[in-house]
Amino acid sequence: MKLQEYVSKDLLRQAGVPVPPGEVAETPEQAEAIARRLGPVAVKAQVLVGGRGKAGGIKLANTPEEARQVASQILGMDLKGLTVEKVLVEQQVKIAREYYAGLTLDRSKHCFVLMLSSMGGVDIEEVAATNPDAIVKRWIDPAFGLLGFQIRDAMFDAGFDQDAFKDLQKILAGLYRVMEDNDAMLAEINPLAVTDDGRAMATDAKIDIDDKALYRHPALAQFQSESIDDPIELFATQEGLPYVKLDGNIGVIGNGAGLVMMTLDIIKQVGGSPANFLDIGGGARAEIVRKAIEIVLMNPAVEGIVMNIFGGITRGDEVARGLLEAASTMDIRVPIAIRLAGTREAEGREVLKGSQFTPEPDVAAATKEVMKQIAERRQATAGSHA
Amino acid sequence: MAILIDENTRLLVQGITGREGSFHTAQMKAYGTNVVAGVTPLKGGSEADGTPVFDTVEKAARETGANCSVIFVPPAGAADAIMEAADAGIPLIVTITENIPVHATAHAYEYATLRGSRIIGPNCPGLVSSGKAKVGIMPNQLFKQGHVGVVSRSGTLTYEMVNELTGRGIGQSTTVGIGGDPIIGTSFTDTLKFFDADPDTHAIVLIGEIGGRDEEEAAHYIAGRRGKPVVAFISGRTAPPGKRMGHAGAIITGGEGGPDAKVKAFQAAGVPVADTIGEIGEKIAEILAAPARS
Repeated sequence: MKLQEYVSKDLLRQAGVPVPPGEVAETPEQAEAIARRLGPVAVKAQVLVGGRGKAGGIKLANTPEEARQVASQILGMDLKGLTVEKVLVEQQVKIAREYYAGLTLDRSKHCFVLMLSSMGGVDIEEVAATNPDAIVKRWIDPAFGLLGFQIRDAMFDAGFDQDAFKDLQKILAGLYRVMEDNDAMLAEINPLAVTDDGRAMATDAKIDIDDKALYRHPALAQFQSESIDDPIELFATQEGLPYVKLDGNIGVIGNGAGLVMMTLDIIKQVGGSPANFLDIGGGARAEIVRKAIEIVLMNPAVEGIVMNIFGGITRGDEVARGLLEAASTMDIRVPIAIRLAGTREAEGREVLKGSQFTPEPDVAAATKEVMKQIAERRQATAGSHA
Repeated sequence: MAILIDENTRLLVQGITGREGSFHTAQMKAYGTNVVAGVTPLKGGSEADGTPVFDTVEKAARETGANCSVIFVPPAGAADAIMEAADAGIPLIVTITENIPVHATAHAYEYATLRGSRIIGPNCPGLVSSGKAKVGIMPNQLFKQGHVGVVSRSGTLTYEMVNELTGRGIGQSTTVGIGGDPIIGTSFTDTLKFFDADPDTHAIVLIGEIGGRDEEEAAHYIAGRRGKPVVAFISGRTAPPGKRMGHAGAIITGGEGGPDAKVKAFQAAGVPVADTIGEIGEKIAEILAAPARS
């Protein structure tokens, strides 16, 4: 779960990391009032997209009137498909030097890693691709955490400012605490700035919380709604079902992430276009299957559904019952083809006997069947309009 | 022979009295696995479907000689369960539980590794040595004894693969689901090394997916050794970047984890990459039919 800049900065501030004074505004008038207290400000769109500045989502304002004016431009604007609903109104800082500091997971090494670079303020992925030696890394032992000497070593290697050394060191220790205390998968300060009067502070921050750990951070769970921009994805997440919206017309439901990914690949191979990824997971009960169909049909582009169930924990008869239950309690107007195999496959087929759902032998056949029915319906509709 | 588990496996089930734990314990017994003990705190002294239940792993291991544990404990307690098993000296800890916080897994991985225990998973379907033992949740009816090793990050895709092989009359030595989380205890490369050392395994199927660099590292290992033939598959070839595709670890992020780099790495290592599960079956059948290489 990605946090907005203002939430990330709140977490950093609470951990003793200096950030520019600032407050959130939802109206131009609020922005003006904040600027009256803070002096010259930067008005920053709070949306979870990269390159906000270049897209016109960050503007400077030297007077309260100007702050109101630029806030009225930014609030409500469309930034890469997202509508800006909040701006962070923040005191301007005069930056002398910009660094990068990030903590993220190193999957191969089974632990988190500190990354520092003197090339701050630019996209770190770009630095990694073009100048990997400019990134200094220190791996963190989970039992002992990020140690003081590791921070100092990395700072020396990265060539951090020695005048602001102690302040920068404290910031990095605070960043680590924020990651550890909040189950962050990514905690990044970029730029990590030294101002022209020698103060170190986090002028931008990105924090991504492990979704699986939200149960132990109830205070952060409230921000989930502003971390997911698609309303169907948000609804599915709240129902505990992994859903990703895609741009096709064939809804997809399956059990197991790898299986659903392969289902999408096969649908494309046979010339179809998937409308979503939806994994009902292991141990799925009838109710979850019903919920899954409901979620897939929330997308108006869906003209048919392919279900791919291969049972392990999930039992074929439960899936079959879920399908029938859904059919009897919902108004399903699109064709559904199902491929069912694995644990309790025979019982599942037995349950479906005599129903409208004919199990297909494989995903390609199920997809072709759904595509055929979609084409027939389109033709019938076209015919009735003629 | 087989790898990791066989007829000498003495299995302990952590979370044996839960819904999934009890269902799958019965399934594992039906497959012929020697389930010697269960652990559920405060239920020690009772029995679960004929298996003695203990309060702690330490006591269960001491009294039954268990040498492998399978974990069905819910996410909030699963990392602790892994560490309890490692502390009791269980050498192989198969973690089925999904949705364990990554920071908790990092701790459990370090704790177990320092004590010499190997973790399979988490978020995995377990493993089966065909005809010998099953630890986990894979459907019993799919497996057939034979000489193909299968290793996969996905649960259900593994079943697809085994179903395909068995349907062609091709048996498996051991099938390992290594799990879909960002941190897993046993990598593709670790598993390939076990298969290379197993005289009963003649060819290997590797089923990868988007996310991370485990496939690239496996390709690097394969390129540098003279070992058994491998056929690979990558799922999520059409997945969009930046989106987590179900598995916590299945995400293309920061320029890492895309399917093209994985496919290229395997091809550069001389490993054919199949487009469908059926195609893997065909290639494996060709490999097994070819005269033994000298």
